[in-house]
Parts: sequence; structure tokens; C-alpha cells
Amino acid sequence: MRFGGVALFVWAALVGAAQAEETATAIGDTDRGERLFFQKCGSCHEVGDGAAHGTGEGEGPHLNNIFDRKIAQFEDFAYSEGINRARRDGMVWNLANLDAYLTNPKLLVSGTNMNFSGMEEAKDRGDVLAYLRQFSSSPQDIPEAAPTAVPQEVALSPEILAIVGDPDYGEYLSTECTTCHQTSGDYDGIPVITGWYDEDFVLAMHAYKRGIRKHPVMQMMAGRLSDEEIAALASYFGALE
Amino acid sequence: MTLNRRKFIGTGVAAATALTAPMVMGASHGKPRVVVIGGGAGGATAARYIAKGSKGEIDVTLVEPTRSYYTCFFSNLYIGGFRELSSIAHSYGTLASQYGINVVHDWAIGIDRDAKMVSLAGGGKLPYDRLVLSPGIDFVDGAVQGWDVTKQNKMPHAYKAGSQSELLKAQIESMPQGGVYAMVAPPNPFRCPPGPYERVSMVAHVLKEKNPTAKIIIADPKPKFSKMALFQEGWANHYDGMIDWIGPDFGGDVVEVNADEMTVSIDGEVTKVDACNVIPAMKAGRICEMAEITEGNWAPVNPHTMQSRADENIHVLGDASSQGDMPKSGFSANSQAKVAAMAIRGALTGSKVFPAKFSNTCWSLIDTEDGVKVGATYEATDEKIAKVDGFISATGESAELRARTFEESVGWYAGITSDMFG
Repeated sequence: MRFGGVALFVWAALVGAAQAEETATAIGDTDRGERLFFQKCGSCHEVGDGAAHGTGEGEGPHLNNIFDRKIAQFEDFAYSEGINRARRDGMVWNLANLDAYLTNPKLLVSGTNMNFSGMEEAKDRGDVLAYLRQFSSSPQDIPEAAPTAVPQEVALSPEILAIVGDPDYGEYLSTECTTCHQTSGDYDGIPVITGWYDEDFVLAMHAYKRGIRKHPVMQMMAGRLSDEEIAALASYFGALE
Repeated sequence: MTLNRRKFIGTGVAAATALTAPMVMGASHGKPRVVVIGGGAGGATAARYIAKGSKGEIDVTLVEPTRSYYTCFFSNLYIGGFRELSSIAHSYGTLASQYGINVVHDWAIGIDRDAKMVSLAGGGKLPYDRLVLSPGIDFVDGAVQGWDVTKQNKMPHAYKAGSQSELLKAQIESMPQGGVYAMVAPPNPFRCPPGPYERVSMVAHVLKEKNPTAKIIIADPKPKFSKMALFQEGWANHYDGMIDWIGPDFGGDVVEVNADEMTVSIDGEVTKVDACNVIPAMKAGRICEMAEITEGNWAPVNPHTMQSRADENIHVLGDASSQGDMPKSGFSANSQAKVAAMAIRGALTGSKVFPAKFSNTCWSLIDTEDGVKVGATYEATDEKIAKVDGFISATGESAELRARTFEESVGWYAGITSDMFG
């Protein structure tokens, strides 16, 4: 497995207003966010007056009004199949999802075309999002920090990422997956999970397990898998053509 | 307890695989033999996984009477006009050619547990080291007054897919304008808990188009049913005023039918009907009774291995088993088959055995692109298969999400049928 010491920090949504703490601090620093945006995002995305979709290879849609918009809403932009599926699943670009996506796009959406290695630092992400928030139509209506979301570190430690799965165990565990996902790699309405990079697979499963990804069946299935079991599955499916 | 070979093999599957394996392989016959009775979601999956995993070390024979198997799941979609009947038909060619399974199209009519021998209607005998019974369901005699299987052409159950599904569909489509379709729903437990209500949705979908003044009556002995809120919301949205569900509070449990007169009596009130779908109370497929492994209507099993509580050499899968919390569904049978296949391979060839895990998801279609689902995960305890976690679609979901759920169910159908039949 090709993991370095990647640490992932995500926003974990707290359920129930009683648990939600007032967060007085803003998402981030808009000036610093502007500089980061042009360093990290600006070659593929435009934002602000006259912003347009990118047309070149790998370029992305403009980011005006992105906050609280349903994912993949531009009819004049060709999204990846992964992003389109997320739209059909009802995903919305709220603060928690934007933060997870900036952390590592593949954490939130497998098969996205966004070729970006991610922003490790929560502060960097907060600053970029604070900058972007200004270009949503009524920023005063968007909480500076989502009231039900508090920043919480959920680290995928290097140890977890470095686990080498037992392929025999992976093969047995995979039998739970193959009731729906075809080992042939055919797509009939349920995503193909063969031939992925191990890292993408592990990220996706942990994202379901931690509730960052919302699909109820997958949350349930991933929810009871241990770190070792996820690694075992990743190595088994990764080896299938 | 005398430690004879039969008992020894069955003891401590998880703990003692390394010991038991040489015992079997050193037996007087050659390769260990597994006979699987029933080629549905449980049996076909078990046969395939045993053959696939053991790579020729185990002789697998699959006994299934029909050459063309119609899945019960998605047969409602055929009735609703969303699928062709041919699209839910499957044959056993790949299991025979690619997995080396000996597929025998015959009826199993007897099991000699002491001799470990299955008798076939055609006169053949099949010896086994392990037997897998996955026969599905039969109906309880006398469950609905006025109905027995001789009436099934006039009042179809359509709860085993194929010709019964065709018959019911034809009867619905030839109802007179403003006619009445009645369903007699079964008591718990039964195959496919949301099945009768998805069926009603599909019938309503057909009638709404062809016969919009027709009525649907459901007589139900149960006060509540699977996905009840979702179905009732969907019926109000799509088929307002067409469907009348009569639960036990209003006599839905006091039912008598007359197939010659085409009448249904609910709590003494007789209604003339134009199509009548009688789904009687169910029990394990009859071969389980013949094997004398049932208690009441079903065959109890050990949750860790799906072994019969009455005989360690027999594993019972799917609808026929009494296991605890899992619903009787194709998905459940497929899930249980993989646990049994692992246990059987472990016992017969010494392959690795891991703790049992089970899961189930049931999708239902309410109307075009309006799909809903319910599911859960399960684990084996000594007492039963116990639910761990679950979810259900919510009422008021967006049309887009419902369409996606339906799309997912189509993907699942392709997935599970390739998992069963190769």
C-alpha cells in the first residue's frame, strides 16, 4: 500500500440540537483563503463576477453559489459518473461535505474527476471555504459555521492506512458485498468496486463508517467492519480485474 | 456421547477443522460429497460457493426440479409490467460447466439421515457427507378456508414465480372495468415480508392505466406489515382511493374464499371479486418435514453454521429455516448460504473458518421510479441470528432519491443473480 502518513480531518456532524455547541468563530480568514484559492484551486476553478466553467481537460465548474446547493446542478457541465451518482443520492454542498471534499475529494466521492491531493490542514480548508462563501448569493444567510457541525478531528492514522489485509479473510468478507456489487465489474445500477486502488477503497469505506458518506446501506455495512477488515476487503477487490 | 465419525465431524466446526479434515478425506469413498436440494437464492449460492472455494476437492450435486428457475424476487415487477418474465428466468448451465456442479433436475422425495442418502423421484440415490436443504416454502393446509392447492388456478398464490405469476397477471389484465381484485395476505412469518404490498402496488399500477375505476381489497390477519408507512404513503400518492387494506381490527383475519363462485368473505361480508390472489400461511418446503428436522412449521438451525438443530450433517438455508431475526428473503438466503458454504468447506477440507456475518436488504417498487428499501446486518449468537443494525427509507423522500433507489434495486438484481448462477 502506498500510504504516507496522511492524516484526515473532517467535520463530524453532531445529531441533535442539544449537542450542538455555539461556535462563535468564523469558518476562516477570507484574505488568506483568497491566496490559497489561487494557489491550489484557481488553475481549474473560477469564482466571482463573470466566473465560467473550465473547458480544458480536468477543469472544473465555477464555484459561485456553491454553498448549500445540490451537487452537480449545472446542465452545461459534464460531471463524472461518481459526482452524478452523488447528485442522485441527494448530496448537498453544505459546509461538512465541502470540508470533507477539500480534505480529499475521494473521501467523499469515488470516481470524481477532481484531481487534487487534498488539504491536510483544517485551517487551510476553513480559510478557502470562508473565501468561497462570499460568492454565494446571500452569504449573510449562510452560517459562518454550520450550527449543527463542529470541527472534530477524525484521524485515519498512518497505522490504519498501513494495515496489510489478509486476502483469505477479504475473500470471505467480500461475499457480503457480491450480493449487490458484481465481481465481473459490470454496472447495472450499483457501483463497480473491483480494480480500485487500495487507498481509494479504504478511504471510501472509512468515510461510510464515519458517516461522512450518507448512503444508508453502505453506512450499515461499513459500520461493523474493523480497520483490518476494511484493509482485507481493499486488497481482495483491488486484485480483481 | 459416543464419538462416532458422524458426530465427530459435526462438532466444533470452527475450532477443530484441522482435525476433522483428514478424517473425512480418509473416508472409504473418495472426495467428500455435498448434496444441495433446491436451486434458489440459498441452494444455488451454496452450491456455487462450495464448488468455487474447494476447487474440485468437494463433489457438489445440486438437485432442482426446474430447468428454468424464476426468481420470486422481481416477479412482482413482471406483474406490474416493469420486467419481462424471461428476464427473471435463469438456468444452471454455468454452475454445471464452469463450476463442475452436478446439476440433477429431479425431485428429492426422501432423506435417510442414518445412511446419509437422498432418494430422488426418478429412482436415483445420492449419498452425502453434508446435505444442504434450501427448499423454500410450501403452504399450510387449511390456512385459508375454501382454498387448497387444487384451487390455485382460479385463485393463484403467485408466491412461487413462473406459471403462477403469468396466471395472476393475465387475470388482472382481463378484469372488467371497475372490477375488484382481492388479496388474502398471509400471517407471519412468511417469505418476503414486503412482497404482498409490493404486489398490490404493482397491481394498482396496472389497473390505474388499464382499469382506473377498479378496486383492490386486501384482507390481512396482521395489524401491521413491512414498510407499512412507506406503502401507505405511496398508495395515497399514486393510487388514491383504489386500495382498501382491511386489518384484523376490521375482520381481515376472518376470511373465507369460494373459488367456484369467485367470492371472498371478510368478517362475514361476502364480496364478488374478479381476481383473487390467495397467499396462504407458509411452512418450510416439504422435504424438511420428510427429513424430520422441523419444529412447528420451520427447521431450526445453529446460527453459526446454519446446521440443523436436529442433525449436524444437514444445513438448512433461507425461507425454510428458523434462525432468529432475519426476514425470509432471497437476500437473506444468499447471505446464509455463504456462511454455510464456509462452514461446510471448513469441516470437509479444513479450509479457514471465520465468524459468521449476515446481512439483508429488501427493495420494493411502489410505482414507476418510486423505490424504497429496508435492511439490516446480523450476527450469530448461540441462541439465534441477531440483528445488529438497520435502516429503512423515510417517508417524504425526494423523487430523485426514490428513482435512485429503484435503479439500485435493478443493480442488486443483476448482482445477486450472478452471485447465485455464476
